Amino acid sequence: MLKVDETYIAQTKAEPRRRSWWPVAGTIVFILCAAAFPFLAKAIGDPSLVGLVTRIAIYAIAAASLNLILGYGGLVSFGHAAYFGVGGYVVGILYNHYISGDPFWGFIPGTNQLLITIPAAIIISGLFALVLGALSLRTSGVPFIMITLAFAQMLYFLFVSLKAYGGDDGLIVRRRNVLFDLPMADDTTFYYVTIGIAVLYFIVFAKLVRSQFGIVLGGIRQNERRMAAIGISTYQYKLVAFVIAGMGAGLAGALMANYSKFVSPDMLHWTKSGDLMIMIIIGGTGTLLGPVLGAAALIGLETYLTSWTEHWKFFLGPILILIVLFSSGGLTSVFSGWSRKRE
Amino acid sequence: MTLALEQLLNGFQFGIMLFLLAAGLTLIFGIMNVINLAHGCLYMIGAYAAALVAARTGSFLLAIPAGLVAAGMAGLIIEFLVIRKLYDRDHLQQVLATFGLILFINEGVTMLFGRTPLFVSIPPALSGSIEIIPGIPYPTYRIAIMVVGLLVAGGLYLLVNKTRIGMLVRAGSTHREMVRALGVDIRLLYTIVFALGALLAGLAGLMAGPLLAVQVGMGEQILILTFVVVVIGGLGSIRGAFYGALIVGLTDTMLRAFLPGFFKTFMNASEADALGAGLSSMGIYLVMALVLLIRPQGLFHAQG
Repeated sequence: MLKVDETYIAQTKAEPRRRSWWPVAGTIVFILCAAAFPFLAKAIGDPSLVGLVTRIAIYAIAAASLNLILGYGGLVSFGHAAYFGVGGYVVGILYNHYISGDPFWGFIPGTNQLLITIPAAIIISGLFALVLGALSLRTSGVPFIMITLAFAQMLYFLFVSLKAYGGDDGLIVRRRNVLFDLPMADDTTFYYVTIGIAVLYFIVFAKLVRSQFGIVLGGIRQNERRMAAIGISTYQYKLVAFVIAGMGAGLAGALMANYSKFVSPDMLHWTKSGDLMIMIIIGGTGTLLGPVLGAAALIGLETYLTSWTEHWKFFLGPILILIVLFSSGGLTSVFSGWSRKRE
Repeated sequence: MTLALEQLLNGFQFGIMLFLLAAGLTLIFGIMNVINLAHGCLYMIGAYAAALVAARTGSFLLAIPAGLVAAGMAGLIIEFLVIRKLYDRDHLQQVLATFGLILFINEGVTMLFGRTPLFVSIPPALSGSIEIIPGIPYPTYRIAIMVVGLLVAGGLYLLVNKTRIGMLVRAGSTHREMVRALGVDIRLLYTIVFALGALLAGLAGLMAGPLLAVQVGMGEQILILTFVVVVIGGLGSIRGAFYGALIVGLTDTMLRAFLPGFFKTFMNASEADALGAGLSSMGIYLVMALVLLIRPQGLFHAQG
């Protein structure tokens, strides 16, 4: 299926890859900082920062997963929150059946084991992305934007109408999923679990975009016709990328359901997809760390503005318009060299 | 049978409302290659302006120009301040900037008028019902909407197909550079088309007022349906927008009216209601999926 013209790959790889020390060093420094952070937060007397950073890490995973198709693949998918919400609902529904004791569809037992719910969320989100992506990718450009948005709203209405799972009101996950004997109810423990998963996710993500698959995906963004002409079935590549992106969002959704102990149709709402796109644009499209910075910037801005006025969107809107009109590189262009810029 | 006819007409009327929005959206895309998410805001602005004027003066006749002028002016301001700078940008930037507009406008309207929905009463002259077929009364107001919508559709058809502006619009949607090369002030043409789209959205909004609650977010709800219409009809095609709107309007209304009843024949009432409501709100998306499978470009794709 994934047959690639070897010359193209050879050309792309022709420039010798600089063996630089900073990705490894950077990761180590980051892990040390992340490990020390809860103590720091306690020292400055604001332990709620731990929760804030947990949320940022979760949204960073979701935004990065969208960035795979949007930034690296050039596909403006406007329904990405759907997979985030589906991931959350997998956790919520499995927990619901675990508590009530009667199995889902009569034969799938509920569970509260993180090691089961997270892979389940990833797989189910991937399946949704496979079906909706296969349809949406039959178009491109503006119809693609509209269709991904419309299908995501369809799932939103589906969950609103599922009265058995709370409908409009959503589902409460009374206790976080269990992971070995860790005290998951403790926010600091959950912070460490989330950061650990996020670091693993970004290592895998970095490998993926530097792989042959990532290179072909970038080629499709730059010139799809040329990729097709050298014998690459671009539809399949785009679909695989779409599914991987959906799986990443499902992972983030499952973590979010655990963090906030709550899932609701709001997780799938189209404005949530807009938020993820804002994070990428602010941080820089087609970069590894852009979504992290973007998530930190947006969540930080939101937290700051809400403490100031409840009508924070009134100010966020114009800020967003100004960013779009007057910048193109995003925050990462400020930190150029920290991450691989799109060519 | 009576119910079926009534729902058929309701679906037709809903389709006509959708057409007014879809026509503007598809024109703006077809001519300027801009995707405008804030189109639903213009619909909301038209609805709010009309509702407020109707509440203050008690006159629906005054509310009509108020809705149109407010939406038209808002359209011109938006075009001048934001959209104008997005013509040459990629679609992602257009999506983000117009998404910012939505946040700003919706929150602004919330700050001014609060979260409680406004209710508009149907103007007295149109409040009765007419017997379309002996024995079957149908609300006059809905008939009026259909008449207005069909007149506008006809007018739009004449404007696009028989006038000089229409000629430029048609030429501009397929051969932009050529129109520019012929010395046409393309910027002015863009502004006119955008204002026209805003007027149509405002018209739909002010007419929807008495049928729905006028509230923040009403624009986005219908915007998504409008997207489905445009995708089904084919991007950039007015004819596609018309047929697409009728398909979506009829499908949505008929499913909502009859699916729960159908489920009730073999399951208990409350479950049937929930499932019926859920599936019927998914109905139009299934239609969209079907159209995509057969014709990814939409039923009436403009550029061959």
